[in-house]
Amino acid sequence: MKVSKKDMENVAVLSRLSIPEAEAAQYTSQLDAFLAYVENLKSVPTDSVKPTTYALPVQNVFREDVVKPSLEREAALANAPLREDGYFKVPRILEE
Amino acid sequence: MNYEAVIGLEIHSELKTNTKIFCGCATSFGAEQNTHVCPVCLGLPGVLPVVNKRVVEFAIKAGLATNCTINNYSKFDRKNYYYPDLPKNFQTSQYDLPIAEHGYVDIEVDGKTKRIRLTRIHMEEDAGKLVHSGTTIKDSATSNVDYNRTGVPLLEIVSEPDMSSAAEARTYMEKVKSILEYIDVSNCRMEQGNLRADLNVSLRPVGTTELGTRTEMKNINSFKALEDAISYEIERQTEVLEDGGHIVQETRTWDPARGITLSMRSKEEAHDYRYMPEPDLPPIVTTPEQIERYRQELPELPDARQARLTGQYGLSAYDAAVITASRQLAEYFDAVIVDGADPKLAANWIMGDLAKNLNAEGKTIEDSPVEAKRLGAMILLISKGTISSKIAKKVFEEMWKSPDDPEKIVKDKGLVQITDTKAIEAIVDAVIAANPKPVADYQGGNKKAIGALVGQVMKQSKGKANPAMVNQLLAARLEQ
Repeated sequence: MKVSKKDMENVAVLSRLSIPEAEAAQYTSQLDAFLAYVENLKSVPTDSVKPTTYALPVQNVFREDVVKPSLEREAALANAPLREDGYFKVPRILEE
Repeated sequence: MNYEAVIGLEIHSELKTNTKIFCGCATSFGAEQNTHVCPVCLGLPGVLPVVNKRVVEFAIKAGLATNCTINNYSKFDRKNYYYPDLPKNFQTSQYDLPIAEHGYVDIEVDGKTKRIRLTRIHMEEDAGKLVHSGTTIKDSATSNVDYNRTGVPLLEIVSEPDMSSAAEARTYMEKVKSILEYIDVSNCRMEQGNLRADLNVSLRPVGTTELGTRTEMKNINSFKALEDAISYEIERQTEVLEDGGHIVQETRTWDPARGITLSMRSKEEAHDYRYMPEPDLPPIVTTPEQIERYRQELPELPDARQARLTGQYGLSAYDAAVITASRQLAEYFDAVIVDGADPKLAANWIMGDLAKNLNAEGKTIEDSPVEAKRLGAMILLISKGTISSKIAKKVFEEMWKSPDDPEKIVKDKGLVQITDTKAIEAIVDAVIAANPKPVADYQGGNKKAIGALVGQVMKQSKGKANPAMVNQLLAARLEQ
């Protein structure tokens, strides 16, 4: 197994996921299996292939610099879990 | 051991577009919180961002004005991190193919020119604004978020660590600000956060080339804070190293009230941005012809303008640098001399009385009560001998208060210089008769004593006598 439990935990932290200890082994092996599958791509010869970022042959999609109406504030805040005075309200950001 | 500082800057500059980078929300400053937001900049599911054409134009122009290579193929990427000022949990930025790379700007510090290399310039979106419930982010149990600024277009201008003092860093940032103002892509109002810098500082023993461990200070939004934070950090790191300690690589926050930097510990310890190409924004492909067209549209830049002022008008390098530091000031100068006013006198007046009055009233050159045309006319009156430089100060003060032309002020207030030989001689004679001591001193060989007599004549003429004539006539009489 290439992916360690520590790797899995690191990915979980970066993704803001809480993984119960009892399920740690399961997720670690799933992540490992996934990466092993992707690893198959390495066997394809790509020496003469340019890196591709986009699947569609589209480029230079622009809009003019013209103001359009924004959302009503009530609509913007409608799904906010917490709000105050027209602001989105969030819990403590930095640890004490 | 002697250490030298190694300093690099990432300057963030908000662009002066009407709308945000990926949506049509307005960018104007000072709107009610969360009224310039839409599904795109709030990062709601299923939305499709579209690049604002003008942002690309501004970015390319900034690249050209700082001697960068413009990448014909450029793309956007997602920079993933969690912070509440970023509703999508990623910032749309540019990673491996920024719009511009490998540039430089030249700065002058203590009479020496130094080239500061630019690593890159890329386009990205600004984040929202946090209002903390406590006095600082650390003692706040909650914070409020205003997403109006989210998605406002930013240029990030990244320098190589080519600066070695606070003064160099300041001069570099001033230069970048001035270039952005000249090409008219940013308002650069630091108090509104239009222009701010992240800076990194490390030390290494003088004469060595290996870089030391660096610390980073984010969101520095004034030149004073920039200099103070660097000076403090150099001092702090020197002490740590001299005590045999080692520098911890970290982000520190500048506390202007206490004049120190403090370690910041965020919940996000591991900075792993996991950049990935932004699939919703197709690449930007620019042809050499387009780039050339943008290059043609660039105005005369600060360096060229400064060279013109020293070369063509004989201004000192210092005066030319001060005047060309801002485009508005440089244009004011050009407007003062357009009708024939002497350029050196113009520079003296602009940097002297005009600057003093503007500073005293907290005004900028754009809202100067004395327009360039009137100042130019006044300087012509000095050159023609209609008024003396001393009287000109009075005329200037009058112009500051009234919209009248200098000619009218001179006439109304009876300030015309006395150039009539007879009239000046009469005063000279009276002054010689009334001041035997300086007269005797002068005639006894102390030629400096004439100064007191000149002063008396000027005083009695209420400053209106032509000073050159006063000197000449006094000397003639005293030598008799």
